[in-house]
Amino acid sequence: MEKWYLMAIVVLLGLTVRWTVSLNSYSGAGKPPMFGDYEAQRHWQEITFNLPVKQWYFNSSDNNLQYWGLDYPPLTAYHSLLCAYVAKFINPDWIALHSSRGYESQAHKLFMRTTVLIADLLIYIPAVVLYCCCLKEISTKKKIAHALCILLYPGLILIDYGHFQYNSVSLGFALWGVLGVSYDWDLLGSLAFCLAINYKQMELYHSLPFFCFLLGKCFKKGLKGKGFVLLIKLACTVVASFILCWLPFFTEREQTQQVLRRLFPVDRGLFEDKVANIWCSFSIFLKIKDILPYHIQIIISFCFTFLSLLPACIKLTLQPSPKGFRFTLVSCALSFFLFSYQVHEKSILLVSLPVCLVLSEIPFMSTWFLLVSTFSMLPLLLKDELLMPSVVTTMAFFIACAISFSIFEKTSEEELQLKSFSISVRKYLPCFTFFPRIIQYLFLISVITMVLLTLTTITLEPPQKLPDLFSVLICFVSCLNFLFFLVYFNIIIMWDSKNGRNQKKIN
Amino acid sequence: MAALGIATGGRNWFSALALGVTLLKCLLIPTYHSTDFEVHRNWLAITHSLPVSQWYYEATSEWTLDYPPFFAWFEYALSHIAKYFDQEMLNVHNLNYSSSRTLLFQRFSVILTDELFVYAVHECCKCIDGKKAGKELTEKPKFILSVLLLWNFGLLIVDHIHFQYNGFLFGLMLLSIARLFQKRYTEGAFLFAVLLHFKHIYLYVAPAYGIYLLRSYCFTANKPDGSIRWNSFSFVRLISLGLIVFLVSALSLGPFLALNQLPQVLSRLFPFKRGLCHAYWAPNFWALYNALDKVLSVIGLELKLLDPNKIPKASMTSGLVQQFQHTVLPSVTPMATLICTLMAILPSVFCLWFKPQGPRGFLRCLILCALSSFLFGWHVHEKAILLAVLPMSLLSVGKAGDASIFLILTTTGHYSLFPLLFTAPELPIKILLMLLFTIYSISSLKTLFRKEKPLFNWMETFYLLGLGPLEVFCEFVFPFTSWKLKYPFIPLLLTSVYCAVGITYAWFKLYVSVLTDPPVRKTKKQ
Repeated sequence: MEKWYLMAIVVLLGLTVRWTVSLNSYSGAGKPPMFGDYEAQRHWQEITFNLPVKQWYFNSSDNNLQYWGLDYPPLTAYHSLLCAYVAKFINPDWIALHSSRGYESQAHKLFMRTTVLIADLLIYIPAVVLYCCCLKEISTKKKIAHALCILLYPGLILIDYGHFQYNSVSLGFALWGVLGVSYDWDLLGSLAFCLAINYKQMELYHSLPFFCFLLGKCFKKGLKGKGFVLLIKLACTVVASFILCWLPFFTEREQTQQVLRRLFPVDRGLFEDKVANIWCSFSIFLKIKDILPYHIQIIISFCFTFLSLLPACIKLTLQPSPKGFRFTLVSCALSFFLFSYQVHEKSILLVSLPVCLVLSEIPFMSTWFLLVSTFSMLPLLLKDELLMPSVVTTMAFFIACAISFSIFEKTSEEELQLKSFSISVRKYLPCFTFFPRIIQYLFLISVITMVLLTLTTITLEPPQKLPDLFSVLICFVSCLNFLFFLVYFNIIIMWDSKNGRNQKKIN
Repeated sequence: MAALGIATGGRNWFSALALGVTLLKCLLIPTYHSTDFEVHRNWLAITHSLPVSQWYYEATSEWTLDYPPFFAWFEYALSHIAKYFDQEMLNVHNLNYSSSRTLLFQRFSVILTDELFVYAVHECCKCIDGKKAGKELTEKPKFILSVLLLWNFGLLIVDHIHFQYNGFLFGLMLLSIARLFQKRYTEGAFLFAVLLHFKHIYLYVAPAYGIYLLRSYCFTANKPDGSIRWNSFSFVRLISLGLIVFLVSALSLGPFLALNQLPQVLSRLFPFKRGLCHAYWAPNFWALYNALDKVLSVIGLELKLLDPNKIPKASMTSGLVQQFQHTVLPSVTPMATLICTLMAILPSVFCLWFKPQGPRGFLRCLILCALSSFLFGWHVHEKAILLAVLPMSLLSVGKAGDASIFLILTTTGHYSLFPLLFTAPELPIKILLMLLFTIYSISSLKTLFRKEKPLFNWMETFYLLGLGPLEVFCEFVFPFTSWKLKYPFIPLLLTSVYCAVGITYAWFKLYVSVLTDPPVRKTKKQ
């Protein structure tokens, strides 16, 4: 690549922004007794380092599960253990059993932030760079611009480097999976994706498209010949990687069950805090969470999720293509986020990742979505005192997208990938020609509401009767946006290959 | 929402670059800030709460007002905005006060006054005609120049992390240079006179301004061979220039003259009581001189040529004392540095007079003045290297030779700023930003001049690559060795000596190119 230096600069820019954001506060800073996610991660280091593997997921006098008990899959635990060894080397106080609870210091913050940066640098960033380099049919300049936009996506930066989590690890593995599967390194791809799931169970949001895409590939090759071989190979890879990750927990049946119970806490309710999904928004009108028993809530949410992602998944299985795969990733993750059980506000990152991947295909809509996704986490970011970096990084991201893709000039039907859809609509409504116009207006309305809501949340005190008024409003508005995007992405998926087939016929 | 308007332009890359760096500056707000932060807070308090007559006498804080009057007035103006943020920061006795609102106010005051710098860069880009290269935006000299200036590593860390107001001051300087390029001489002279009364460090480059204006503005024509035509002297122009300078100075120093405080003001502005070198040696000639002295004294002790009892103690135990005592070589007096500086400046000034090369020649002379003063001046701060780096950026996009000097000067000069930021959280920032700037400047200029001979010879490449191991040793290896307690000054010493070599080399190379370049033959259009 003749412009490698621009790519290096893009990566350095991404790293600089990451590190400057990390100088800010983290979740639960100086807030005893529970602190926040930062303390959770530190506590996991303490637990994994001091207790034998068998006790990690069990409640005991040394491991109070009520206090940030380990509730992520084994890979996270191993990662914590690795970090704990380094911590032990630097300062054993950081991970001393019991006494280190709620430990906070500048040096420790520096250490924790560095672990995030290193994980990001090793897993997520190389995947992004490789993904952008491998993109086909676009110029080198566009590839670099694409990498810049992905690396500047504020949601991930703010959650990982501000709030404090290791999302870049699981998302990075998932991205390696996408890369592998898209370029026919199916086994490596599925291995990477298994690692992603074993790092964070939320990656299951992406699992159906992976499954359908690979299954579709097998079908395409013919289930009686090569396809069957591939299927067996894939199954073996998946099973083997799972066994490898779970090895210490397979020794006893009780162990496995306990880990699973910790990973899928059914009794924690339909949703947590304020989430921009259907259930939380709907509870403004009707408190489903309190009225219905848990198992009915689960069934309802399962049905909704299943129905909403079914069409896209069937389509992908029947016509597997890398492009369809990426879009299905978006719509499936979005369905999960909107309808499934026990969703966190941070789970929107799982939708944002595949949206980042389609930035160069539908720049306008993707930028819009990514802005909304960052906005939907505003209550969380405000709680962590991350207002300043949020505003700054969001603006930087917006400028980067606007300049590198000139998004405002790309709102024609074709560039929104709505050509075939509007053709089919026009069969019934011939006068329906103002699609792009509508979308532009919607964008403007959406952006103005987001800006106004942000301003009011910062400046005004909510009325005493409704202390959560603004955060509920933010979730509601974001949820409306997300529903619109769900419809939009499903339309693209469903009408996509029809278009392709038509073109083939014409050719 | 300004972003929206600009983003819709799509092609407006300059606004994007400026906005991008402004946002980066906003992200740097929570970083470490040095005592200069308190210095400027104190000046806000002094100018706000005391009458003018006491500005240069107030000494509650150790950070007394030691900038010229315009800067004091600037602080006075700022203080009237500051009172809406936090009244407490305007109290003279509130030493080391830094509430979060104070921090926000001070940081934003730097970021916003930087708009002048952005405007100046915009003006400079208009009048610099760099080498015509490819059609692609990223290969245009104007684009490269605006990145080199707007995203300058030194300015970013000195202003927005360490904390100072260099941005708008350099804005004034670049603007006056741009005006000279545009042949709007009186405006340029006015801007520079104003600048001098903001910060007197710019006196370093005053000779270049004086000679250039005299030669190219007061003399209206040249002989065909480029030498001076004495009868073309315009007395009116000289008077108008003199009037501008006089009026600006009167406005600045007049009130203090009326109060009979001029000697006090001047004694604050030029504190010759400080040592030859700053606590951390700026990478200049004296750093090499001191280092040589140290080496000689060590050798002398080994060979028993020197008597250990006669050696001043400070010189052997630490390099961090202000008053460096030379053991072997003669001690340096302020007068000696002054003479050295003048000697170093003179040839370049002569060159400007006898071999006029238009505004580019002026720019070269200006850089040589800045560099010579940096190399030989008394109590030079490492930050002063920016005085040469920024104008040199203007030259770098024009000729391959200048580009190569620029890259050596900038990379070593910027690296020598590293000790300014010594706190752990800022370590990644300075390394990342430095890499960002260095990789960009080297690769973009290489692309611009790809058809000419390579920018560096093997020696220069080797030297520049050596900065990497040096950084690794100073920041990552040395703190874990046992020497850390015994010789804590070694990293600083190594840094300043290593960088001094590069900067002296760049100075020398630039001097050679100025002296050997043929004069412009054609008569200038006037």
